[in-house]
Amino acid sequence: MTPEKKIIDRVALDKLYESLKAAGNKMFAPVFRNEQTDFEYNPNASEISYNHIQTTQSVKNTVFPKIENLFRFESSQKGVDLLNIDFTKVPRVVVWNAHPCDAAAFSALDSVFNWDFKDEIYNSRREKLAVIGMSCIKADENCFCTSVDLNPGSVKGSDILLTPLANGTYLAEILTEQGKAIADANASLFTASNGENKEEVLAKVEKQFDHSKVTENLANGFENPFWHEFSLRCIGCGACAYVCPICTCFDIQDESKAGNGRRLRCWDSCGFGLFTLHTSGHNPREIQSQRWRQRVMHKFSYQPDRNEFIGCVGCGRCSRACPVDMNILEQLVALEKLEVAK
Amino acid sequence: MDNLRQKAKELLESKTVNLVIGYENGTNGKARAVFITDPEKTGKLIYDERCKQNLAVYLNKHEVKHYGKIAIVAPLMVMRSILVLVSECQVKKENIVALGIGEDGSLLDFPSLEVVEKYVAKIPLGNPQSDQEILDKLNAMTMEQRRAFWQNELERCFKCYACRAACPMCYCLRCTVECNQPQWISAPAHPLGNLEWHMLRTMHLTGRCVSCGDCGRACPLNIPIHLLTMQQAEEAFHMFGVRAGTSMKAESALSTYKPDDKENFIL
Amino acid sequence: MEQFEPKLVAFVCNWCTYAGADLTGTSRIKYATNVRIIRFPCTGRIDFMLISKAFANGADGVIVSGCHPNDCHYTSGNFHARRRWMSFNAMLTFMGIDPDRIIFSWVSAAEGAKWADVVNQSVEQIRKLGPFTEYQKLVQSGIEEENFNG
Repeated sequence: MTPEKKIIDRVALDKLYESLKAAGNKMFAPVFRNEQTDFEYNPNASEISYNHIQTTQSVKNTVFPKIENLFRFESSQKGVDLLNIDFTKVPRVVVWNAHPCDAAAFSALDSVFNWDFKDEIYNSRREKLAVIGMSCIKADENCFCTSVDLNPGSVKGSDILLTPLANGTYLAEILTEQGKAIADANASLFTASNGENKEEVLAKVEKQFDHSKVTENLANGFENPFWHEFSLRCIGCGACAYVCPICTCFDIQDESKAGNGRRLRCWDSCGFGLFTLHTSGHNPREIQSQRWRQRVMHKFSYQPDRNEFIGCVGCGRCSRACPVDMNILEQLVALEKLEVAK
Repeated sequence: MDNLRQKAKELLESKTVNLVIGYENGTNGKARAVFITDPEKTGKLIYDERCKQNLAVYLNKHEVKHYGKIAIVAPLMVMRSILVLVSECQVKKENIVALGIGEDGSLLDFPSLEVVEKYVAKIPLGNPQSDQEILDKLNAMTMEQRRAFWQNELERCFKCYACRAACPMCYCLRCTVECNQPQWISAPAHPLGNLEWHMLRTMHLTGRCVSCGDCGRACPLNIPIHLLTMQQAEEAFHMFGVRAGTSMKAESALSTYKPDDKENFIL
Repeated sequence: MEQFEPKLVAFVCNWCTYAGADLTGTSRIKYATNVRIIRFPCTGRIDFMLISKAFANGADGVIVSGCHPNDCHYTSGNFHARRRWMSFNAMLTFMGIDPDRIIFSWVSAAEGAKWADVVNQSVEQIRKLGPFTEYQKLVQSGIEEENFNG
């Protein structure tokens, strides 16, 4: 559809939030708590943070929760019964106040979960998801969206994108049918736009590297000493993968008592030593440098090749979460300049 | 700082060690670990109040062990961690040179780890004061309040295992949480799994924790899990009279015993 | 209202308490039937994870019992166990999980009557505390799909 532009003021914004919540949507919005800003389900409108630069976690939890119950099983003398979970009952969720990097990440998740196998559970959540984005008027030294083809005002992935204007009101770009339905249902909260320009308020994020050059270097850099040198510091936790909006690796865990139980899909990370450990005891990624290489390669070489997107939206969460300062931006800039034999 | 750089340079030049682990300026004003093999690059080394990571975590890392003899910049927590790792036969004492850092930030001369033991023996040990204050507050709460506190904190955990990865004492190649025949503790990050995981980590570190606080600093969700192990470090000291990381010979509190250990709850 | 009948799991050592419990039976001493006994080679083998597993699987209370100090069949198993229980007790208290749900005792092979007392006393203690609902809530919570309205 052709995007429409409207204006909504701060008071009306809270009303829109309450209205969506009252309409039965589960709202996923950022809140400042425990000395950090992170998304929560159904906070009060007054609790929502609008002045953070980045939340600790991404919004992937809405479609790819940290634990997903795939099905239940019950055993009896006759055998084992598999009990499907009725995923038509997943609630409608509205992601509220997601930055453009997060909104854009959904399209990457969509391709991963619909690549060769169509993941119905993912899709049933995704179909009931609406995204109200919020352009960034601030960024920090970890942000690099402009280096991965996005920017602080990207509309990609949002149903409605809000931009806080200098006069305290918000420019609302209504981008999809779903966004239009939300705007139409709350038409009284919006006023007409007067050609406001969002570009002048957006955060300035300098482009730091050319991602196609990184991809090109990676194709020839598998054995480069870079990996050893740059990953000695890595302690092999999963913090980067868990806060990443695009990391989708998971592990399957069965939990049962007396033959009855459930099969769960839980987040996993390629940074863990056990991730690739074979039953035989052989581990093709035996040391941390190989695991770190996998993480970077997957995002900047394999995904661009196979899925035609970059597995990174430049949100910088991994760099912020890393306990040992494995800064992804620093490494990508170094990879762009890496001298590799062709 | 110049002394530290000079000493590191000498060690590398004389081939006494093949690698120096220390701190350097990282990105965005952070300090971080650096691994130096070239004597000309020892100028990168720094030491200031930002240098909080417990570098001893690297001593057991496969790629690092590969270097053989290693010098490591060692403020008190690193010294103590080294002593624990030696006592648990995880590193060979002849492979470690501790570039000791005193309370005032000055370089200490440690010709051997025995000297480190003597140095540690002279320093009053315990939890950092700011953490002990929080512990005192928690201990003053009712049981019900503490339960609510921990339930609220721990249910956020998503099990990235940064706490485990950051800890020098969590060196097992296969952690109990990953042993699945049988599955001892629940692996998924639901409230039960999180409680079991943090109980496991706390119990396995009782009597071995040197109160460096790195698990809490590593947590991307700001869960104050270091309080669990720090509390246990104090408990172990009160109950058994020992602190971890004071000797290369001592066994940890839970791998030894006294016939007259005192308790008041066994019927 | 019907009286609450707690479920207790007893982890006991083979050499002392298990034999002691046998003696309780052969001495025809009656005691509460709320306890399920699991035999271990030694208290030194009784890991805290067994206790947490018992709670996760619906126990309201746990009894851990073995040889008196200095009587261990393997010399020091119970000494090691004692330190572990002391630490575990301290940790539970700090985490706000009621340590009164776990009863530790030393019962020798000759103390059939003591075993009956320990069990009766423990059952009464847990009965007073009621079902361990806090823990059961924890076991059942956290998976959103099982409660889409949550």
